[in-house]
Amino acid sequence: MTTILGIEGTAWNLSAAIVDEKDVLAETTATYMPASGGIHPREAAQHHASHIGEVVRETFNKCGKNIDAVAFSQGPGLGPCLRTVATAARALALSLDVPLIGVNHCIAHIEVGRWKTPAHDPVTLYVSGANSQVLAYRAGYYRVFGETLDIGIGNALDKFARSVGLPHPGGPRVEELAKQAARYIPLPYTVKGMDFSFSGLSTAAQDANKKHALPDVCHSFQETAFAMLVEVTERAVAHTGKKEVLLAGGVGANLRLREMLAMMCEDRGIEFYVPEKRFMGDNGAMIAYLGLLMYKAGYRTQITDSRVNPDYRPDDVVVKWR
Amino acid sequence: MIASGAEAVITLDGKTIIKTRVHKRYRLKEIDYTLRRDRTRTEARLISEARRCGVPTPIIRDVTEFEIKMEYIDGDPLKKIITPALSEQAGELVGKLHSCGIVHGDLTTSNIMLRDGKLFLIDFGLAYIDGTLEARGVDIHVLFQTFESTHEDHEELIEAFKKGYKLTFSGADEVIKRVSEIESRGRYA
Repeated sequence: MTTILGIEGTAWNLSAAIVDEKDVLAETTATYMPASGGIHPREAAQHHASHIGEVVRETFNKCGKNIDAVAFSQGPGLGPCLRTVATAARALALSLDVPLIGVNHCIAHIEVGRWKTPAHDPVTLYVSGANSQVLAYRAGYYRVFGETLDIGIGNALDKFARSVGLPHPGGPRVEELAKQAARYIPLPYTVKGMDFSFSGLSTAAQDANKKHALPDVCHSFQETAFAMLVEVTERAVAHTGKKEVLLAGGVGANLRLREMLAMMCEDRGIEFYVPEKRFMGDNGAMIAYLGLLMYKAGYRTQITDSRVNPDYRPDDVVVKWR
Repeated sequence: MIASGAEAVITLDGKTIIKTRVHKRYRLKEIDYTLRRDRTRTEARLISEARRCGVPTPIIRDVTEFEIKMEYIDGDPLKKIITPALSEQAGELVGKLHSCGIVHGDLTTSNIMLRDGKLFLIDFGLAYIDGTLEARGVDIHVLFQTFESTHEDHEELIEAFKKGYKLTFSGADEVIKRVSEIESRGRYA
């Protein structure tokens, strides 16, 4: 058995986990909650710095095993948060004298889904605060078939929610309010080829709120944004001929988005998979698990190559573990 | 039925292709209706506009709400028969299209047909009006990728294409420079 410690801290969630091939052996999480407004990168990094010690210690205490390597989120993410976690990971790897493995956060979301659901070779819709991508594996890479041209869907929802006075995080509030909607208000639907864009939609929704009831705007925002995401996912399915769709990322908790994807998959006669909630949002287990796959495939990150990359693209990673 | 993509079904009736944008149950009726209607109109309009700019495209026979009836181009896809000379001709065609402000959005060697010695551009389902370097660059980059993935002599084909593209489009040099930039970014790979 291989045992890997993984540390995630690209944004608001700091989480450490130890996994082996079979399961998550221990996981500890400390979540940064802004007092008001959205995530402040420096405050989030300070939160991570002050909690990383106890989070790692507690994870080791729960599991009590020796580890073979330390994996950490090398990017993409908020620079200050990434640097804090990378510093901790380096120090830990050096003091325990085990290899260090820098992993791509987006790919970790996909791999934990392939681990914890029956998905084998899916088209993945990865939707979180900062990221919105449609990915699929082909010839040694996770290719990005479509992605946001500006901001992630989660940030678009949060930005809108804040502007209408809803507390952070806005996504779940928007979802609740949308259930009380009476009608649809047309909002800009922006799909260009395989890419989508949300900033115009977010602004238009803010304007619409001046003239229409908030539940109607929430409903219209969700329906428009999610239709864009599902359309591009379906295009990637048609293009690649793959028979499975996997949903990943924190926005994947939204039940309406799940329902729409499920319908699309049912109509195309393909499978749709959603991991358990604990593996959807940012979590240490996914970092540890991707670290495990990479460790066994021979990947090692030298300290000199362990600098963080806030714009780390999933299609920059050569995939040798599948 | 001869093809079924993500958004449309294509059937053949004699010498006429019928492209129908199908209903999607997952989205609201209002969104579904508007998208299918607007995209059908845009596609038909851009097919005709491209032809006015000297790019051979199927003749539109009829357009209804969600359906385009158009001429069936009964030829060979470039994919099967490509040579450097044909690639140069394809470059001339795309140069004319871009001069006209249209971006095809899905340029592949399957969407360029040869019939009676003449090249035709088909499938404008993802086409849009855009005069930016980025849009034009991506358009060509995508085509070069199909050269690379399906043809051994792709370097010669790419060079020939560029030659034709420069012949019909005055902004060609800048776009070609952008294509190399897009390649180095590793996106759309």
